[in-house]
Amino acid sequence: MIQIELVDSPIHLADWESSLHDVDTGAHAWFAGVTRRTTADGSGGVQITQTLHYEAHRPMAIDQLQQLAQQARRQHSLTGVVIVHRLGEVSLGQASVLVGCSSPHRIDVFAALPWIMDRLKADVPIWKRETFADDSTQWVHPDAQ
Amino acid sequence: MQLRILLFAGIRELADADSVTIDVDDNANAADVLSAIERVLPQAAPLIHVSRLAIDGQYVAADHPVSPTADEFALIPPVSGG
Repeated sequence: MIQIELVDSPIHLADWESSLHDVDTGAHAWFAGVTRRTTADGSGGVQITQTLHYEAHRPMAIDQLQQLAQQARRQHSLTGVVIVHRLGEVSLGQASVLVGCSSPHRIDVFAALPWIMDRLKADVPIWKRETFADDSTQWVHPDAQ
Repeated sequence: MQLRILLFAGIRELADADSVTIDVDDNANAADVLSAIERVLPQAAPLIHVSRLAIDGQYVAADHPVSPTADEFALIPPVSGG
């Protein structure tokens, strides 16, 4: 089972937990990436974020997430994979991404979550724009900064 | 041939446009397309240098030949989802 969604409203774990329901899987693991207020500025200070905005190349992002989930399922012997990413404005402290996976045994789901997140952050065409406390904005493009 | 390239995030903001149209030779590859975009959008050159070209939703290598029959060309700057 693979479920991929891009959503424009808050992500609540309780809404997605049943997606992995399967009496033959003994391990379910979830990761929520949550928007954070402070970011180190690289020179000892911190930048204060007011809000974040996410945008995507939607059809390509869905396709990339599907490929990623299929690869994760094969590589980590998963039974189910759920990836939900939020788009639009996301307030501080809310989930921007939720990843869940299931497998008969815990070792596979523990390994799969960081594997999925690392690839999502490298290849899936989704971008965030930070609005800082002084109302300035900045698109986040990791390799260019 | 003339190609329309979709733009996103920081590059779209620097270009102040959702897409850009470029001219490349008929035997152009992906690297030629990136160079042509850079000529049209010099203000975004540092970001274009670290961007990838996607054709019909798939990333392509620099030496990938470009066909005008493809449905979509997208310039994908470094991503920051999650």
